[in-house]
Amino acid sequence: MSKSLKLLLTAATLTALGAAASAQTYGLGREALPEEVAAWDIDIRPDGLGLPVGSGSVLEGEEVFLQLCASCHGDFAEGAGRWPPLAGGQGSLASDDPLKTIGSYWPYLSTVWDYVHRAMPFGDAQSLSDDEVYAITAFLLYMNDIVLEDDFVLSNENFTDIEMPNADGFYMDDREESPLWGPREVCMTDCAESVEITMRANILDVTPDDAAAREARESGGEEAVEDAATEEAAEDPNAIDMELAEAGEGLFRQCSSCHQVGDGAQNRTGPILTGIVGAPAGLVEGFRYSNPMQAAAEEGLVWTPEELHAFLENPRAYMRGTRMAFRGVADEADRAAIIEYLRSVE
Amino acid sequence: MTDSPHKNGTTRRGFLAGTAVAGAAAITGTVARADAPDPAITEVQPWARYLGEGVDARPYGTPSEHEAHVVRRNVEWLTADPISSVNFTPIHELDGIITPNGLCFERHHGGIAEIDPAQYRLMINGLVDRELIFTLEDIMRFPRENRAYFLECAANSGMEWRGAQLNGCQYTHGMIHNVMYTGVRLRTLLEEAGVQPEGEWLLAEGADASAMTRSIPMEKALDDCMVAFKMNGEALRPEQGYPVRLVVPGWEGNMWVKWLRRLEVGDQPWHHREETSKYTDLFADGRARRFTWEMDAKSIITSPSPQKPISHGPGPMVLTGLAWSGRGTIPRVDVTIDGGINWVEARMDGPSWDKSLHRFYYDFEWDGSPMILQSRAHDSTGYVQPTKDELREVRGENSIYHNNGIQTYAVAADGSVENVEIA
Repeated sequence: MSKSLKLLLTAATLTALGAAASAQTYGLGREALPEEVAAWDIDIRPDGLGLPVGSGSVLEGEEVFLQLCASCHGDFAEGAGRWPPLAGGQGSLASDDPLKTIGSYWPYLSTVWDYVHRAMPFGDAQSLSDDEVYAITAFLLYMNDIVLEDDFVLSNENFTDIEMPNADGFYMDDREESPLWGPREVCMTDCAESVEITMRANILDVTPDDAAAREARESGGEEAVEDAATEEAAEDPNAIDMELAEAGEGLFRQCSSCHQVGDGAQNRTGPILTGIVGAPAGLVEGFRYSNPMQAAAEEGLVWTPEELHAFLENPRAYMRGTRMAFRGVADEADRAAIIEYLRSVE
Repeated sequence: MTDSPHKNGTTRRGFLAGTAVAGAAAITGTVARADAPDPAITEVQPWARYLGEGVDARPYGTPSEHEAHVVRRNVEWLTADPISSVNFTPIHELDGIITPNGLCFERHHGGIAEIDPAQYRLMINGLVDRELIFTLEDIMRFPRENRAYFLECAANSGMEWRGAQLNGCQYTHGMIHNVMYTGVRLRTLLEEAGVQPEGEWLLAEGADASAMTRSIPMEKALDDCMVAFKMNGEALRPEQGYPVRLVVPGWEGNMWVKWLRRLEVGDQPWHHREETSKYTDLFADGRARRFTWEMDAKSIITSPSPQKPISHGPGPMVLTGLAWSGRGTIPRVDVTIDGGINWVEARMDGPSWDKSLHRFYYDFEWDGSPMILQSRAHDSTGYVQPTKDELREVRGENSIYHNNGIQTYAVAADGSVENVEIA
């Protein structure tokens, strides 16, 4: 769109839209049912359009947040690892090191409600109740000092009363006012006396190493692993079912944002899972387990396939207070595939 | 890199080394001589002797095993995990203007949604006369069109705001691809639903685990946007939104919602996460530009480049690159090999389509001395790609998105290439 954005709102545009409404139709598709629209029309706008009836308090929000969100965003919404901080940073935007959080940067509260509801928790989207989303939003307001009382209750009634600190921090694209806009004369010859290199990417050395990646792929030898496994399968009843493990590898994607396995694996939000099948619980070095997990470990819990099945089916029902914020894998065959995959990883 | 330097002495380029002069006319009539017969010719090669695989061996063909290094790559430290992350098109290995489907960079916010086309539905709701549901089959019964457009992530080159950081145009400029789309005009579908007069905005929503949303002004929606179901002739790849994605020509890639499930017509923008917290341009004064949808004109030399050094020594060589603009075509690209003291107009080649990648070449004699390379795009509006310093002058250094500054490479006498900045 090369014309000014201001044109968007002119009467001429509206006339054009009116004309479009009366254009040719093909009679394809079908009318959407109200229940269908209600199921998908989940968006919330700054004026409150779309907000469902409901409410939640800061304290209720804290409880849900610690259960479902803190593993990535930190107990105080300060961020964990490289996952985004959600609080802090107010007054930092004009500094050399701006910290863009809900409190310091986001212009509208509706964006928080909408996003938490549609996309969080990461890996279990659209699983929160409306009241839980109100509660988490209230907690995030509190952690950002936008509401100061810990008995604050956010609801559809008072939602649009909240003004975000950076509400006036944005303005429409004004590139047309920029000195770089529009035709400019360029110099083609003798444009400078000399040039000097002022910075080199090599010094930083943060570029991924293509050669190393290639070697890893070449020596990785998926085929070799498969061949060896097939040979063993004939004799060994404990041999890994590679087909099942492969299916499990795909399913493991839902775990991999928190758990790493194999070479170079590190503890992330969850512990390394290499060799977990058959291993005693709570022993991954450097990982901070929940109290109930530590207690179970002390009582001698071993992650047999049976125990893993039970845990993975519904983690929080299996172990109240586990830090694993994951809904579980309902399908038994899927759990078996994941466990087989974990057995296959060395 | 697989590029191993040629053996010195016996190559044609090696022979030319002593005589080539930068900028000289092509040397004619002087051809290198070999010291010994070339075994690639004198010995019968296995592929010339033994039969190859038959027609059933490769029902869906893949590149030669010798091209195995030509893949999308990730920069691990960029994001917290590889699910909400990005990888990069190996533009240094490609030529022409069309990106192969399997090499188009990926940016997901909730991983790749794997959608059963039989379960696919597209809903249009909001300020329309009829709220409608389309199946994939329904969409494919509307009149179609074919258009090639580039898709550039607004964050392309975003890691380079504060200076040269990543050594390779795959990483600095690879959040781009250029694909021939087949689909239905978005306008056609909106007219089917009947946009009401106050419907000035459109919300596009994805079916993935991030339920990606963006607000799009109705003027753009009714202009050139497409609801696409094919890329380069075949079904969209899952990682590119199978079975249906939105195409928003010339505008930042995040708006091209993949796995498109819903279009809602409204009377004001939604200000969702990807148009407030993200994809806004923070300036040095702490305020931010929003709705910076159009991608400014930009160019990049793809070869030689840090991942594609000069392997042949002095003599005739091909410098090539890509240029594009969200506002039209690229009639002209200037190239310099001396760091911008002197420039020449590159040779444009291949189709010049609106909001599509353009290919440029500069064919010259390299004298083997170090060079400082840059390219500078001019688009059909007359806009000229700025230097990085010109851009920083306006934007400060706290931006992430919309970095279209001129890239600089230092080429050493051995042909190696490095991402640098100059003054």
